[in-house]
Amino acid sequence: MTTGGADLVRMPGAGRLPADTATVTGRNLRRLVRVPTLIAFATAQPVMFVLLFTYAWGGAIHPPGVTTYIDYALPGIWVLAIAFGASQTGVAIADDLTTGMIDRFRALPMARAAVLAGRVTADAVRNLFVLVLMTGVAYAIGFRFHAGPAAALTAIGLALAVGVAFSWIFALLGLLVRDPESAGIGGLLAVIPLIFTSSTFVPVATFPGWLQAFAKVNPITVTVDALRALCLGGPTSAYVWHALAWIGVLLAVAIPAAVIRYRPAVGRQRPA
Amino acid sequence: MTEQPAIETLGLVKRFGATTALSGVDLRVPAGAVLGLLGPNGAGKTTAVRILTTLIRPDGGHARVTGLDVVRQAGAVRRAIGLSGQFAAVDGYLTGRENLVMIGRLSGLRRVAAKRRAADLLELFDLTDRAGRTVRTYSGGMRRRLDVAAALVAAPAVLVLDEPTTGLDPRARLGLWRLLGELTARGTTVLLTTQYLEEADRLADQIVVLDRGQVIATGTAEQLKNRVGGGRLELRTRPGDDPALLAAAMTGLGSATPTVDADAGLVVVPVADGPGVLPDVAARLAAAGLRVSDLALRRPSLDDVFLALTGRPTTTPFVGSSR
Ligand SMILES: Nc1ncnc2c1ncn2[C@@H]1O[C@H](COP(=O)(O)OP(=O)(O)O)[C@@H](O)[C@H]1O
Ligand SMILES: [Mg+2]
Repeated sequence: MTTGGADLVRMPGAGRLPADTATVTGRNLRRLVRVPTLIAFATAQPVMFVLLFTYAWGGAIHPPGVTTYIDYALPGIWVLAIAFGASQTGVAIADDLTTGMIDRFRALPMARAAVLAGRVTADAVRNLFVLVLMTGVAYAIGFRFHAGPAAALTAIGLALAVGVAFSWIFALLGLLVRDPESAGIGGLLAVIPLIFTSSTFVPVATFPGWLQAFAKVNPITVTVDALRALCLGGPTSAYVWHALAWIGVLLAVAIPAAVIRYRPAVGRQRPA
Repeated sequence: MTEQPAIETLGLVKRFGATTALSGVDLRVPAGAVLGLLGPNGAGKTTAVRILTTLIRPDGGHARVTGLDVVRQAGAVRRAIGLSGQFAAVDGYLTGRENLVMIGRLSGLRRVAAKRRAADLLELFDLTDRAGRTVRTYSGGMRRRLDVAAALVAAPAVLVLDEPTTGLDPRARLGLWRLLGELTARGTTVLLTTQYLEEADRLADQIVVLDRGQVIATGTAEQLKNRVGGGRLELRTRPGDDPALLAAAMTGLGSATPTVDADAGLVVVPVADGPGVLPDVAARLAAAGLRVSDLALRRPSLDDVFLALTGRPTTTPFVGSSR
């Protein structure tokens, strides 16, 4: 080839997943700080959640075992913000499909899973930022960790892991519906019922019996309960293992399904 | 053994439900050549491009790029091609430079090489001034240039361009033609699709005319134009003058008898030899003592080629999705 590229150094084709994932992650993080709606989803919205739920509901709800509602609510608000953020993953994937970006990526000799993995990784970085931001605001209005720094860090790590699982699920949704608006609406329709039928804002014991049965197996309840245990103190390991098991199941289903769905129609690379 | 073609397809078939997008297409592009795939909307151009770039799988036939099978050796084919799709696919929230570096990295270039390559291409495509601005601020022509540059980042053996100038204003189109002309002069193998005969004429060595998923003609632009009978001369009478007199004066001038549109005062004469007829036109007008209000030489378009080859205009129901 004669357009000045004869001396280009290429990396080997195998083992490209980490490097390609890093490249795609970098692209998505740049977008996160440049696209206005994404900035809003990562800053104003989480702060608003913390303030609204504390001041609007905090006076009315008095869950047992806590003195301030924010101590009870923050783990739930974390999951709420992460779930809403994850629904944006589906929107972004659908957007990349409609703008032809994913066709461009598919025609490149890159690692197949990197476009999705890079999206999920960027979302995890955003979630870390969002968690720290929300916790900081919550601290300012009275929230405290009651089980020590190790439990607090475990809580943040577990929240990030939940975010990764949600992101893979919504990436799959984006690939399936292919249209950004539908992905956005579908995301909200999935998140809102799961949040409100969980222990996010109120104890499950206040639900009618039939709803309690569902709420107890709702993965959001399971993770919020684990996060809450890590924040408030008391017995934690059963909750945490239960949450990790759920996260494992979600990942085991969503990752292969999304990667298969992403695969170009012409697959099974067999380089000459 | 003859030299291996850069692109070769044999009996390519692709169906979408009840639609047959390609029904047995044979293409052959020698290394270093530029093939223009010419056809109206819905002819199957993008489908052919998507098969050649491994984005979709053919239902029948074979396609090879630099000798590699697009289905069984898709990964290797992706290392051999650069694609600029029908709609510019660059990230609007990245800068021009960031877009090119990203594509370079994902094509397997090391960081330093990707950066150097991006700088070179930004220079070549006249985008250095705006390289640090987000692509959202670019004009359509700049976006397209960046998209073509992105296709060239990994120095592919074969460049595939799907309607590179559709939607551009005439100035941007001319600019891109000049750039693509320079590229092809340097020996890059190119498959280019277009709806414009003029574009294929300008850029391609060989033209394949596609209609409803079938190749209906192959040849150089010259050969195609000859089949159409060159261009046409359009003469408009002055208000009140009789176009029939004008038509009579021009009889025997071109390759066929003139047609008269009396309402518009328009006389159309098919002419094989373009501007070569102008002295004769002037002489005939002078001899008959006639004057015209307007005179235009129209070069043959895809529409003319179509009319000549198929007997129907390109505007028959070809409104498909423009994927
Ligand atoms: N993904 C698709 N699903 C259904 N029909 C399609 C699809 N892609 C193309 N077609 C149909 O195949 C035919 C050829 O389309 P295309 O290759 O895009 O033509 P061109 O690029 O020449 O305009 C059209 O009738 C179009 O509607
Ligand atoms: Mg097309």
